[in-house]
Amino acid sequence: MSTQAPPAARPVNVTINGQARSASVEPRALLVHYIRESLGLTGTHIGCDTTSCGACTVLVDGVPMKSCTMFAVQVEGKEITTVEGLKGAAGLHPVQEGFHEEHGLQCGFCTPGMMLSSKALLEDNPDPTEEEIRWALSGQICRCTGYTNIVKAVQYAAKKIREGSAA
Amino acid sequence: MTTDAREEIRGIGHSVKRIEDARFVQGRGNYVEDVVLPNMLHMAILRSPYAHATIKSIDTARATASPGVVVVVTGEILAAHNLAWMPTLSGDTQAVLATDKVRFQGQEVACVIAETIAQAHDALELVDVDYEPLQAVTSPQQAMSAGAPIIRDEKEGQTDNACYHWESGDAAATEQAFAAADKVVSLDTYYPRCHPAPLECCGCVADVNPADGKCRIYMTSQAPHAHRTLFAIVAGLPEHKIQIISPDIGGGFGNKVPIYPGYVVATAASLLIGRPVKWIDDRTGNLISTGFARDYHMHGELALQGDQITGLRVKMLSDNGAFFADAQPSKFKAGLFHIVTGSYDIPTAHVVTDGAYTNKAPGGVAYRCSFRVTEASYLIERLVQNAAYELGVDPVDFRKANFIKPEQFPYTSATGFEYDSGDYEAAMDLCLEKMDYTGMRADQLTARADGRLLGVGIASFTEVVGAGKGKDYDIAGLRMFDSAELRLHPTGKAILKLGTKSQGQGHETTYGQIIASQLGIQPEDVLVEEGDTDTTPYGLGTYASRSTPTSGAAAVIIARKLRDKARLIAAHLLECAPDDLEWDQDRFHVKGATDRVKTIQECIFAAYSDLPDGMEPGLEGVHYYDPPNMTFPFGTYGVVVEIDRGTGEWKVQKMVAVDDCGVRINPMIVEGQITGGLTEGYAIAAMELIDFDEDGNCIGSNFMDYLIPTAWETPVFDLGETVTPSPHHPIGAKGVGESATVGSPAAYVNAVIDALQHAGVTNIDMPVTSSKVWEALNEVGLAL
Repeated sequence: MSTQAPPAARPVNVTINGQARSASVEPRALLVHYIRESLGLTGTHIGCDTTSCGACTVLVDGVPMKSCTMFAVQVEGKEITTVEGLKGAAGLHPVQEGFHEEHGLQCGFCTPGMMLSSKALLEDNPDPTEEEIRWALSGQICRCTGYTNIVKAVQYAAKKIREGSAA
Repeated sequence: MTTDAREEIRGIGHSVKRIEDARFVQGRGNYVEDVVLPNMLHMAILRSPYAHATIKSIDTARATASPGVVVVVTGEILAAHNLAWMPTLSGDTQAVLATDKVRFQGQEVACVIAETIAQAHDALELVDVDYEPLQAVTSPQQAMSAGAPIIRDEKEGQTDNACYHWESGDAAATEQAFAAADKVVSLDTYYPRCHPAPLECCGCVADVNPADGKCRIYMTSQAPHAHRTLFAIVAGLPEHKIQIISPDIGGGFGNKVPIYPGYVVATAASLLIGRPVKWIDDRTGNLISTGFARDYHMHGELALQGDQITGLRVKMLSDNGAFFADAQPSKFKAGLFHIVTGSYDIPTAHVVTDGAYTNKAPGGVAYRCSFRVTEASYLIERLVQNAAYELGVDPVDFRKANFIKPEQFPYTSATGFEYDSGDYEAAMDLCLEKMDYTGMRADQLTARADGRLLGVGIASFTEVVGAGKGKDYDIAGLRMFDSAELRLHPTGKAILKLGTKSQGQGHETTYGQIIASQLGIQPEDVLVEEGDTDTTPYGLGTYASRSTPTSGAAAVIIARKLRDKARLIAAHLLECAPDDLEWDQDRFHVKGATDRVKTIQECIFAAYSDLPDGMEPGLEGVHYYDPPNMTFPFGTYGVVVEIDRGTGEWKVQKMVAVDDCGVRINPMIVEGQITGGLTEGYAIAAMELIDFDEDGNCIGSNFMDYLIPTAWETPVFDLGETVTPSPHHPIGAKGVGESATVGSPAAYVNAVIDALQHAGVTNIDMPVTSSKVWEALNEVGLAL
């Protein structure tokens, strides 16, 4: 009979959406739970538990990661971006604008993860082909939209970012 | 006001960008899992590892002693409160927590309620259940055979595994048509079990306040009002003290229509403990225990005289799992499957459907479909293609020869539906033109000569959606009407409350546009509220493409009623007779004097400030809409595929979808619905499958095994439209959310079969995987 108590909680320090935050979690706590429950940022969603759907995708040091498949303790000292951090002083991020303008979302559950992967793609590749966009999002599932408008949303954002940086 | 430039009212026909997007793109949606209440407990469910086993004992002592655990709920505890079993939406019963035996893998056996979800999961491991495995019944054929173990042995009078028998149409007349036929074409096909799998799993936060007895349940519900009534009946709670709040819903597709044991246990636990209890299912729980779809074994036959279909005979065996938990109108045991005559003028038909209990998850639901219409559409569209091949005619010509003609509407089908409107050939012709059907047929022959396999598949579906009318259609006795309540506030802004509940369909925008079209108030100035049973008028909810046909109609009518009152107010303000006024988009003006004007905003303000003597103040109202008939959206979908002869892989080269859903309120949203549906249709045709091994172990219990297409696999779609307004809907709309899932699976499969039929392949059941195609290629000698 196992009576062993789980290891004690320990503090995890991150910079999330530009803010330094700290919260204590059990070592077994997943990053997604740390974000949603310890830090109260509920825009990151849980869809599958098996790293398949990508609803929980956040950026860790700029790289899209499925936060249901990382322990919170693994992000000690790292920079995290969630959907709540997309909007800047100048208003919505171009990917947020793109998803709205191109009807790239319906129920909204996959949208935060989709937008964060899109942001990372466009930082890497400002002018992706449709095939490159589809490949970049192929770790994520959307049940509502059928992806066509998600691709258009990313193209909208790419154009907007390119025009912005050319200006 | 005079002739200044007037802002265009963004009503019907405008692709208004969605109002609800603002919160979703900023991570500010509010889904059930986001709800956190003070002092809240967490619940986890222990599920059966066996498909069929007697429960000899459940020992919860170690789990109860585990850190943080408040209580371990078993069926025995529920039985003491008469809650171990609950009614299903199909008039059967379902175990909330198993007491006597488990009847499917994943069945709910016990629930641990603890301070944290991690503690609840820790304790699940410590519940000791002693099972004695029984033989599992994993197919309806096995279930209906002599000597099969009786699954529902607890049901009084149940001596076999039959769960229902239902017939529709005229058996004798159909026999005659078959006796007189010069050809009979038949098809046996299995529409496999699949799952709606919305990205958000089901869950709830139940909060019973011990001080006043108010029971507030935040719940993933597509039908909050109906659920509240059923909670009142099942739990014996006073209905006015139950408040169901369905907040933002992360996709539904029918999966969030039934009531699941998790909701019931969480609510009962909150009631007993006096603290809020949260239950959020995990993906495996969602896939192995909640409303699956389809699982129909179908045999269809067409009687032919020349190129005319003279009769249709269907025999169908459905696998309903351990509990008959279909969500459908109570008079229709196989849902609206009897729409199986489809788009064709078939004088006689007879449909026999039988349902069987098996040791599989209970259900089913209509995955993005109006009560089993998808299975029906699939069968007839596969049958007509095979019939055309047998007759040696083009499937398009065969369909055209048998379509119900525009002048035949309203058309009464052989199974009793009254089709409201249609122009099937127009939609088909547009599809053929857009896909270059003739060119594709020529390409197919050229390709074949080069040793390549192209297939061209068509589906010309007809749906039946928008239930009721209430006299014929009810859920658990509740008539299928729906509602809209409109409040116009003094400064000209509106709140519209409805009995439906969006799960991503864009109701906050579409309904706003309906009000805009009737009253000239911009959609952004209309706050649309749904999902809270304390504040919205009663309705049956959102599924079966019924929101626009029912609540949409109610919104039109209540807006028109308030406009009629506004006319009286305008007449008072302009000192003229009401009949002297003309309505113009957002204002009344005196006939022949367009400068004598009162805008709707002025009329609304006057409703609170300057009324005619004796008039009731305010400008608010509610309408309950009982539709006179269903609506019948239709369309033609065309698919071109190429099959790799080496691997059996098939790729969609072209997919054209022409839909006629009547008047389109927001074309952008309509096209979004169609695109999503085409993708789910593709998913069903190509990969989605909930399967079981011989012991009843579920294969497809997570997203690594239950395959869903991503952006990478999903084809590109080309959309088209025709518009045949519904004659009985106040704005001619028909509903569109499910057309593409209903119509497209047959189109994809027909295309694959079309590539192979010259070699003698007549059927491959879904999901049409590469391996199945490769086997077929080998059988007919086409494999490389």
